[in-house]
Amino acid sequence: MNFITVSGPPSSGKTAVIVKTIDAFKDRQLSVGVAKFDCLSTEDDKIYEKIGIPVQKGLSGTLCPDHYFISNVEEIVQWGIKSNLDILISESAGLCNRCSPYIKDILAICVVDNLSGINTPKKIGPMLKMADIVVITKGDIVSQAEREVFASRVQAVNPSATVMHINGLTGQGAFELSTLLYDEKQNHDTLINKELRFPMPAALCSYCLGETRIGESYQMGNVKKIKIKELEEKKKCSL
Amino acid sequence: MFSINELKSQKTTQLLETYPFVEDFLSNNNISLKGYENRTVGESLNDILDEETKEDLGIDTEILIQQLQKHIENMLAFLGAAETKVETLTILPGTDKSGNPEKFKELVISKNEIICIVGPTGSGKSRLLADIEWVANRDTPTHRKILINGKDADKKWRFASSEKLVAQLSQNMNFVMDLPVNEFIQLHAESRMVTNITETVDHIMDVANDLAGEKFQPDTAITSLSGGQSRALMIADTAILSKSPVVLIDEIENAGIDRKKALDILLSENKLVLMSTHDPTLALMGQKRIVIKNGGIHKVITTTEQEKNILGELETLDKRYHTLRTQLRQGDILL
Repeated sequence: MNFITVSGPPSSGKTAVIVKTIDAFKDRQLSVGVAKFDCLSTEDDKIYEKIGIPVQKGLSGTLCPDHYFISNVEEIVQWGIKSNLDILISESAGLCNRCSPYIKDILAICVVDNLSGINTPKKIGPMLKMADIVVITKGDIVSQAEREVFASRVQAVNPSATVMHINGLTGQGAFELSTLLYDEKQNHDTLINKELRFPMPAALCSYCLGETRIGESYQMGNVKKIKIKELEEKKKCSL
Repeated sequence: MFSINELKSQKTTQLLETYPFVEDFLSNNNISLKGYENRTVGESLNDILDEETKEDLGIDTEILIQQLQKHIENMLAFLGAAETKVETLTILPGTDKSGNPEKFKELVISKNEIICIVGPTGSGKSRLLADIEWVANRDTPTHRKILINGKDADKKWRFASSEKLVAQLSQNMNFVMDLPVNEFIQLHAESRMVTNITETVDHIMDVANDLAGEKFQPDTAITSLSGGQSRALMIADTAILSKSPVVLIDEIENAGIDRKKALDILLSENKLVLMSTHDPTLALMGQKRIVIKNGGIHKVITTTEQEKNILGELETLDKRYHTLRTQLRQGDILL
């Protein structure tokens, strides 16, 4: 089975891109399934069910969605194999820009949209920088200039990625993406012992374990403090 | 081009002097080489990217250096590449949605030519454009083939992000950036690595103002331009700054912009113009029109002499309409 990870900021158009791409697979007699990971709630599984795509849904709830995803990825891969899928696509929202959901040797796609602003590529970490394919959506509603500037900024932070433009509404570009996804030679029967491309955001402090009170005496474990700039400058002046 | 090791042992100052665009790459990765002037690239990056910084930025030093090497390679290719002049685009027939062969032999579109596309929504206009954009090679659902300058197309048109075959302009497009017009054009020019930025900005301003019914200033916010002004700016900017040789237009509103002039500007910049429209004035400005039905090209019609006469009538009406509009705007009594 081919396994593909799709990630990207919330509401960037991941589901629309996946749906249109699967549509393009129809003629090729390939069975495709989706595992949707989200945080609190998602209705996207219904969108997939409605068009007859086998789907699993995982909600991370109180946990970091990235950590939840990687802790459960083997389970969904096994589900995909049992369901006789040719391609399994995982869809996970990058809820913080430090997300790092990609796995070595597994095709990684990042979906970003033109409306998110031209500084967005610079703000997203491994999720964008380490993707193999970057799909840019919502190009139908911004100007040609903005599309060109956005794409050049994406390529600047990830020079080795293939950058594609897809219209999630009409599906323009989705067929083209589909030609890059399926590789007959790729056959994953397990992900055990595979590695992440980059470590995930770290977390293990008292708040991870349910602490609610504010104050330094309640903060334990992996805690990071903000550097207050103004104060340092003032000190210099008084010297 | 140099190897990873050669890149690492370069002095930072030397690297930035040879490849000024590296600074932009690093700043996009939130890294500054200030204070590392006489050190090597490898040393500097290792020093800047201590364990904590690497984790915070989500950067791996080795991967960053690989990406830097790739970026330099991309940029050199981009700056050095002799622009491929697209003189003609040829569409070879495929099939419609039911698998019937399309009813034309071959369609050659030359630069300085306007071809219109007509057909109801859902008839397959998007697919035709996608075929052109992807330079289809019998490998899309329509099995069409696209030739550039009469030959099989270079694969670069599919994947090079700096060199896209098709630029698009549509009625639904808006500016979303919060910038004044001059800074906006400047940003676009910078991303295209244009050297004479001030002149380019002035030139685009002049052309856009010539197209727009109402003039606008360089310091106007792009989001507050009127519909006609936005379209005028988009067309001027696409004609002059976009590298894409084919421009695809999805209707142009009939208000606040001189449409004939707009098309002339695109043609004068050697663009091939494809226009999806059901507006008779626009459709008749084209030399040919493609009729799309059931996912396939059904007919290719050459604009007849009689139709050109109709265009004359429409243009007279259009002029009258625009004069009335201007009078209305100026607060005059309509005559």
